[in-house]
Amino acid sequence: MSTTAAHAAVLPIGNRFRRSPGWWAMVWIIATEAALFAYLLFSYYYLASQFRGPWPPDGFESFTLSAPMTAILFASSGVMWWAERGIKKGNQMQLRIGLLITFLMGLAFAILEGIEWSQKSFTPASHAYGALFFTVTGFHLTHVTVGLTMNLVVQIWAWMGTFTEERHLAVTNAALYWHFVDTVWAFVFFSFYIAPRIG
Amino acid sequence: MGRHRAQFRPPARPADPTGVGQERARAAHSALPAASPRASARSALPAASPRASVRSALPAALALATALGGCAVPDSTLATAGTTGTVETALGWTVLGVSSAVVLITWTLVLVASLRARRKPLPAEGLFSAGGGGMTWIMWGGIVLPAIVLTGLFVFNALALRALTSPGKPFGANIEVIGHQWWWEVRYFGNSPDQIVTTANEIHIPVGEPVRVQLATADVIHSFWVPPLSGKTDLIPGQKNVTWLEAKQPGIYWGRCGEYCGAEHALMQLRVFADPPAQYSKWLAAQKAPAAPPTTAETRTGQAIFNGIGCANCHSIGGTPAGGAVGPDLTHLMSRSTIAAGSLPLTRGNLAGWIADAQGLKPGVYMPTMAVKPAQLHALLAYLETLR
Amino acid sequence: MATVTVDTAPIERLKETWEGKGGLWGWLTTVDHKKIGKLYLATSVVFLLIGGVEAGIMRAQLAWSNLRILSPGVYDQLFSLHGMTMIFWYASPILSGFSNYIWPLLIGSRDMAYPRANALSYWLFLMSGVFLYTSPFLGQAPNAGWFAYVPFTLKPFNPGLNMDFYALGLLFLTVSATVGSIVFIGTIMKMRATGMTLTRLPIFMYGTMTASFANLFALPALTTALVFLYFERTFHMPFYAVGGGGRPLLWQHLFWMFAHPWVYIIVLPAMGIVSEVIPVFSRRPLVGYPIVAMSTVATGIIGFGVWLHHMFATGLPNLSLAFFSGASTLIVIPSGIAVFSWIATMWTGRPVFKTAMLFAAGFVALFVLGGVSGVVTAMVAYDWQVTDSYFVVAHLHYVLIGINVFGVMTGFYYWFPKMTGRLLNETLGKLNFWVMFIGVNVAFFPMHITGILGMERRIYTYPAGLGWSVPNLITTIGAYIFAAGFFLFLVNVWYSLRAGEVAGPNPWDAGTLEWSVPSPAPAYNFAVLPTVRSGYPLWEGRLLRRGRPPAAAPSPALARTPDAVGARAPDMAPDGSLVFRGPLLLDGKETFATSPLDAEPMSVLRMPEDSLLPLLLSLFMLAFFYGAVFKLWWLVAAGAGAMLLTIVAWTWPRSMEGGSVA
Repeated sequence: MSTTAAHAAVLPIGNRFRRSPGWWAMVWIIATEAALFAYLLFSYYYLASQFRGPWPPDGFESFTLSAPMTAILFASSGVMWWAERGIKKGNQMQLRIGLLITFLMGLAFAILEGIEWSQKSFTPASHAYGALFFTVTGFHLTHVTVGLTMNLVVQIWAWMGTFTEERHLAVTNAALYWHFVDTVWAFVFFSFYIAPRIG
Repeated sequence: MGRHRAQFRPPARPADPTGVGQERARAAHSALPAASPRASARSALPAASPRASVRSALPAALALATALGGCAVPDSTLATAGTTGTVETALGWTVLGVSSAVVLITWTLVLVASLRARRKPLPAEGLFSAGGGGMTWIMWGGIVLPAIVLTGLFVFNALALRALTSPGKPFGANIEVIGHQWWWEVRYFGNSPDQIVTTANEIHIPVGEPVRVQLATADVIHSFWVPPLSGKTDLIPGQKNVTWLEAKQPGIYWGRCGEYCGAEHALMQLRVFADPPAQYSKWLAAQKAPAAPPTTAETRTGQAIFNGIGCANCHSIGGTPAGGAVGPDLTHLMSRSTIAAGSLPLTRGNLAGWIADAQGLKPGVYMPTMAVKPAQLHALLAYLETLR
Repeated sequence: MATVTVDTAPIERLKETWEGKGGLWGWLTTVDHKKIGKLYLATSVVFLLIGGVEAGIMRAQLAWSNLRILSPGVYDQLFSLHGMTMIFWYASPILSGFSNYIWPLLIGSRDMAYPRANALSYWLFLMSGVFLYTSPFLGQAPNAGWFAYVPFTLKPFNPGLNMDFYALGLLFLTVSATVGSIVFIGTIMKMRATGMTLTRLPIFMYGTMTASFANLFALPALTTALVFLYFERTFHMPFYAVGGGGRPLLWQHLFWMFAHPWVYIIVLPAMGIVSEVIPVFSRRPLVGYPIVAMSTVATGIIGFGVWLHHMFATGLPNLSLAFFSGASTLIVIPSGIAVFSWIATMWTGRPVFKTAMLFAAGFVALFVLGGVSGVVTAMVAYDWQVTDSYFVVAHLHYVLIGINVFGVMTGFYYWFPKMTGRLLNETLGKLNFWVMFIGVNVAFFPMHITGILGMERRIYTYPAGLGWSVPNLITTIGAYIFAAGFFLFLVNVWYSLRAGEVAGPNPWDAGTLEWSVPSPAPAYNFAVLPTVRSGYPLWEGRLLRRGRPPAAAPSPALARTPDAVGARAPDMAPDGSLVFRGPLLLDGKETFATSPLDAEPMSVLRMPEDSLLPLLLSLFMLAFFYGAVFKLWWLVAAGAGAMLLTIVAWTWPRSMEGGSVA
């Protein structure tokens, strides 16, 4: 192994490389948040298995709004990926446009979710299903909001020209978080909208 | 969930420390209790462990001390009073014995390692190098021996679990215990309404017959625990847990709530009376009868006060319009040995105190302080004393 | 006698770069892991004392049968606060305190990863404690015990704010614990000295690392349970109440899925401390280091699979009971490995009984006693008798005091010189140990007996005639003896800070990196960044390697001079560690980031300056939680908004190379 003095001369400064400390911080945040959703869904399946009566009590969830919501959200991950690819090649415009479109799609998801909530025949206090539905989708929506906020701030920085081909950790982290939010939605969507129809 | 309940009870306390005259306490007798037949022919159980000598000596010594000293032997979850006993207590003795041995051995090792060091020379560099046979310690002390001992204990435990699931013979009675904050409602099932017995804080069971106990709660989680007879089973809302009790000897067994349930969790106790079968049947028959109507003027006045000041809103008395379901059923109040969920002996003084100032005796209880003048109180007590 | 001299100009520059501001402002804005560590330690000790006072009052009530000094309402708040304070606000943060102070020094780095987040985890911890302790002043402290079973904690049975303080106070603390765990994981992955591979990692790191990973995966279960509780109490959402389809056992599952790993979180780092100390005072490396490291991790993992043993009496099917009883038995094995590693190290070495070693030996003894009572409760068929009785209270106190407190005391006596430059007084120390050791046994051993005699937990009084009075009196006396012992420790600290013997860099002639820097550790930790080639860099050359003589045999004179020995041997050996030669990294607050497995340097990190943002963010979160508990929704919104703005300010890119750095 060559001396560390030689290393010091050629080492980069800061969070420039993949798997930097800043990147790992986001990874572990996502890990603990994923565990949170695992426990939320555990509670869902536990109460569902013990519930006396049909589940959901007021009938199956409809796909009218949820299907387009899901499609939009998943697609937005693709756009986010495209945006990150842009900055990796040094393309500032691709980054900025990509982030903007992702933001708008995420916002659309949130609005549709809000509409769906308002149309529900049950409330959070109606029964265990209602409590779980609003809490779990509510937690997800909170994470969407956080992701959108991150997106907004990163957009501001992007327009300020902060990011370069070599240094764009904030973009990577925001993208990582956004993909996480979309993955969680897959599990939530399955649990509430699909699983009762199967079981 | 069923449990095995064969329990050999050590000689009962000769004088009940709470001073209740009605408790049918068993006088201390033989120094060494006779060995009970091996618990319900559990042939699957391992033969008496090598620790049996330790186990048998200790309770025998306890019993001897009792007989000689005449002092109270406390209830114990390990009271086997002999070489045999319940599966639970056998397991308890075994695992406690093993634990004690482990503690003694390791503490000795630590002590010896510390003391022998004084004579050990230090190498020139001031340090010992790695090696020196240390891994052998870990291999044997940390892995092999624990694995063997723990496996043995676990097998015993698994067999005990299976053995405790059901008594293997028909139930002599079927009761339901409903937990309330902070008292026990006890109901004996019957085929028709006049066969159902409702009482509180006291259970009677026939000696030598298992009794099925269904558990429910009216409010929060409680736990049904009669240490001399069985381990705990929780009373959980929305769940119907089941356990069972069996006493091999007549006696009075003290139980209590085993799960924190609020302010007066500490004073939520019960008594289990194991009666010879004939006595048990007599008790049950008497409990099924409605309350005899009051005959004297004073007791009739007392009944009027009972209905007048609102007791009937919470308490029931069979054969009268009083049908409250919030507090204990009082139809055969005087047949019980305690009030306030086992925390006070049933005496006239305590009864008076309970009516006049329940909050002072058991703060937070749902029994309100009843505003009664002394003359009213006397009449009321006279009436209550007819509820045998 | 050769000493290593370092040109003083770089030292001055390092001091200037790394020393933060002084005074109160310096403490409020610090990102220095050493100061944060001291803050954690001091604050945790305060919570320990508060919890101790609560216990002292309870023990007065329980000294004899039928005492009525306290009303049940007050008693119930006391036992609840006592449990919460000790288990949450003392036991974990104090270990974070040690980890914070010593990790970078152990691993040859100048700082923890994410220094501002590190400060944040401390301020969140403090604020959450402030929040919780608002409640007794309102007479509405939590009153359902530290594990708070539903439905007693729901509105119909508990209408006051008590359980809202419980839910929100703990939620507040979980944020601190999560942030702290991410800091530790980032540090251990990326900040180790060059050459510090996983097999050369100081064993203490394994304890805290396992605890940190466990935190990430266990805390969310608590978050879920508490959010459900708060929502049910506030918005009538039936997660737990049977009426709406809820289930009381959901609370128990979620809570214990968190809380059982938590008990390992609060003991594994303490075991790591003892694993550091016993080798030093036995004058040899730890026996079986790799297997002890693996058993630490194994305990953490298996710890996620045993939670049901807290629910044995709830009426679950036999198969579940048998499985969890088996898993709970299995987890004894890794602990047994650790115990015999310690015994073997003592046996094959030569124990030197300074106070730190006394506490370490006492730790081993109490660990075993507490551990075997755990085996008793793992046997489900007998657990039905002893669960929720004083037997379990005995078990939990033996393991928590024996492992956590005695481990902490070991750590204090061992690292006090490094933190303060002075040694704790040995005479007072030995007295401290014996009084505490005797006290804990007199206090808690009789609880095994009362438990076996049928005494249930959480009772504000008990009747006469059950044989409980005498053991309880003994317990009360023992508790006060134990308290006196801890008081002796405080006296020792106060005295030694003023008049203790001055300590050099390596008063114990230990082998790990922290003993190569001056005492107290300077702000910049290491003047030059070390490269390690073994697990005990300062002992290299003195440890025989499979019969080969040491590469540079020091003279006998050197062997007796603690400072010089360590200073000379490693750097001289051709394949030895480089402790006193290496990169200076002077261009700002710089340290290396290294690769997770092989610890090869990958970049030079510029660490942040002192900042007020962590404290501000914590204050805004305090406002948020006050809003939630008093149902002031405007305050909740304002607090959340302020937190958001603070986070944006925090992550705003610095005007230098590099993207946002936490």
